[in-house]
Amino acid sequence: MMKIRRNQMLTIITLIVLVIFLYWLNAHRHQNGMLVSVLTKGVILSLVAVSMNLLNGFTGLFSLGQAGFMSIGAYTTAILLIPVKNLDGVYYMNGISPSIRAFKELVAASPQAVQILFPFFALLLGGLLAAFAAALVGIAVLRLKSDYLAIATLGLSEIVRAIFSSPQFDQITNGSYGLNKIPNFPVMLWGAIPSLITPFIIVAICIVFMVMLIKSSYGRAFKAIREDEIAAQAMGINLFKHKEMSFVISSFFSAISGGLLAMYMRSIEAKTFSITMTYDILLIVVIGGIGSVTGSILSAFLVTAAKEWWLRFFDQPLVIGGWHVPLFKTGFRMVIFSLLLMTVVLIYRKGLMGTNEFSWDRLIARFTKRRSAKGGAK
Amino acid sequence: MSEILLSTEHITMQFGGVVAVDDLNIQIEKDKITALIGPNGAGKTTAFNVITGGYQATNGMVTFDGTVIGENYPRAKMKKIYNGSYKTPYEKQVVNTPDKITRMGMARTFQNIRLFKELTVFENVLIAKHCHIKAGLFSSTFTLNRAEEQKMQDDTAALLEKVGLLENKDDISSSLPYGKQRRLEIARALATGPKLLLLDEPAAGMNPKETEELSAFIKEIKESFNLTVFLIEHHMNLVMEISDHIYVLDYGKTIAEGNPTEIQNNPAVIRAYLGDEEL
Ligand SMILES: Nc1ncnc2c1ncn2[C@@H]1O[C@H](COP(=O)(O)OP(=O)(O)O)[C@@H](O)[C@H]1O
Ligand SMILES: [Mg+2]
Repeated sequence: MMKIRRNQMLTIITLIVLVIFLYWLNAHRHQNGMLVSVLTKGVILSLVAVSMNLLNGFTGLFSLGQAGFMSIGAYTTAILLIPVKNLDGVYYMNGISPSIRAFKELVAASPQAVQILFPFFALLLGGLLAAFAAALVGIAVLRLKSDYLAIATLGLSEIVRAIFSSPQFDQITNGSYGLNKIPNFPVMLWGAIPSLITPFIIVAICIVFMVMLIKSSYGRAFKAIREDEIAAQAMGINLFKHKEMSFVISSFFSAISGGLLAMYMRSIEAKTFSITMTYDILLIVVIGGIGSVTGSILSAFLVTAAKEWWLRFFDQPLVIGGWHVPLFKTGFRMVIFSLLLMTVVLIYRKGLMGTNEFSWDRLIARFTKRRSAKGGAK
Repeated sequence: MSEILLSTEHITMQFGGVVAVDDLNIQIEKDKITALIGPNGAGKTTAFNVITGGYQATNGMVTFDGTVIGENYPRAKMKKIYNGSYKTPYEKQVVNTPDKITRMGMARTFQNIRLFKELTVFENVLIAKHCHIKAGLFSSTFTLNRAEEQKMQDDTAALLEKVGLLENKDDISSSLPYGKQRRLEIARALATGPKLLLLDEPAAGMNPKETEELSAFIKEIKESFNLTVFLIEHHMNLVMEISDHIYVLDYGKTIAEGNPTEIQNNPAVIRAYLGDEEL
């Protein structure tokens, strides 16, 4: 009981510190461009990583379609949110479909409240479209053996990408030219939550939902399917129904993450969501620990920071006492990154967290043990 | 004449050219313990799989609690190569997946224990309660079904207490000793609320003392959960002690049926078990 109270206190304090930090960061965002960028991208990737983990780590379905579902979210958000005044500039080659323009003009002319909520509606719609696509694909592939799912979802992801960049849809997706002039994150609660903090709030809500789902009876059924499909079925669990649920929900949140990514990048093209993106997310999940939500979150930030920030140094030419150190040029960072990854995977066979979740007890035990060990050495 | 809970009619299961179960006709009386015995490879597990919906019979019909839960006849390629000794094809096709059959009130255990290995003892049993959940995904996620969830947890604890596994409730199921794993698998099946419990070699790998305990355990749960039991077993002492009725399978065919005394004195059974040369 005492421990539970203590852990709750620690969690609340940590959350308050995080919120204060975010507001501080917002006030000093110009001096901390790199930190803002890494944290924002990290939090967006942590959402898609957790949703991939829901599927791969908790339901035992190996899916490789994340990038495809992200692109559905990203494109929906982008198309709906590019300001009317920028449309001609963005769609300078082929123009935009008149009905989309009419709809956007309608939104632009509607009451303030509608306009304030519209970005969130756009994110939600992206999620729902991805969920719908997933439900259809799921009917086709989830009845098959799990191995086929990886191939089918990979295929789906590439098909979606091909559709988005195909000339037939030029007036909607702007084909191979991609979309830009996507507005930044909206503010929330009439500005009480500034634009910079919005993605953190949205991701937190989404992840909390997934964690609650995992802890619910349905989440337990997902885990049973992961552990042993035949036994799960013999215990009365409808395999197709539960796999479909997991797949649809995972795709929904992947698309939300994609929508946020569009707002973060401000410009997207179909290439952004190639298979490399899915591999990057898979990497985050594996490094964090398949079956650990906190592992995925931690890993999303670490991988993003390492790749885009901490290792930048290796990409700069390095001169020591007039000697040009070889290898230090653009691209070397990725070599170091890969080496680091291999090391991490070799040391932590099951990822940083394995299938465990972060817990205060474990953390405290770790520190107290270290201290008492030191004490013993004296 | 007492009530029949489960019956199979001319069940034949053919894999390619191999007839694993041939014209199986069994009647399982309510509130009784019925055993299915026979040498390895006789087709016992296959019969279980057909009954529980894992396999679709090649020909024949399964009736559970007054409902036809499975019916089939040789179709497509099987029409040509069908080699069962009961030749008349059935007419309808009735398919039910194992999960549906479980929800109808039939639960099973597996010859090779199939627990949710990485999960705790408590979770293993709790998951089996999921099949009757009323709340949907969203109300369950937002814990709007608090009363239902609480009842699932309480029932699980009560069940674990009853089978003597409460002290192990937080242990990872694969870390339990073998005998307890078997017991947990039975408890998990009980959690689905079955009328009929199917046990596939529950005493496999147990020593005489454990087997003794198991037979007491089966009798005990049969009474306290109002069960009808259908079991496959090799330990003859256990079978003879607890069964009301026995079916003997050999090479897919039913070679004998009767009460324990009749089976023990049946020459065909003795021959099947010992082989001709030893007689
Ligand atoms: N899925 C299957 N495919 C092909 N043959 C099978 C299959 N399942 C069982 N058999 C065959 O059916 C026969 C009976 O097996 P089984 O029912 O496991 O025997 P028992 O449980 O009585 O030891 C064996 O010859 C086995 O090889
Ligand atoms: Mg068997």
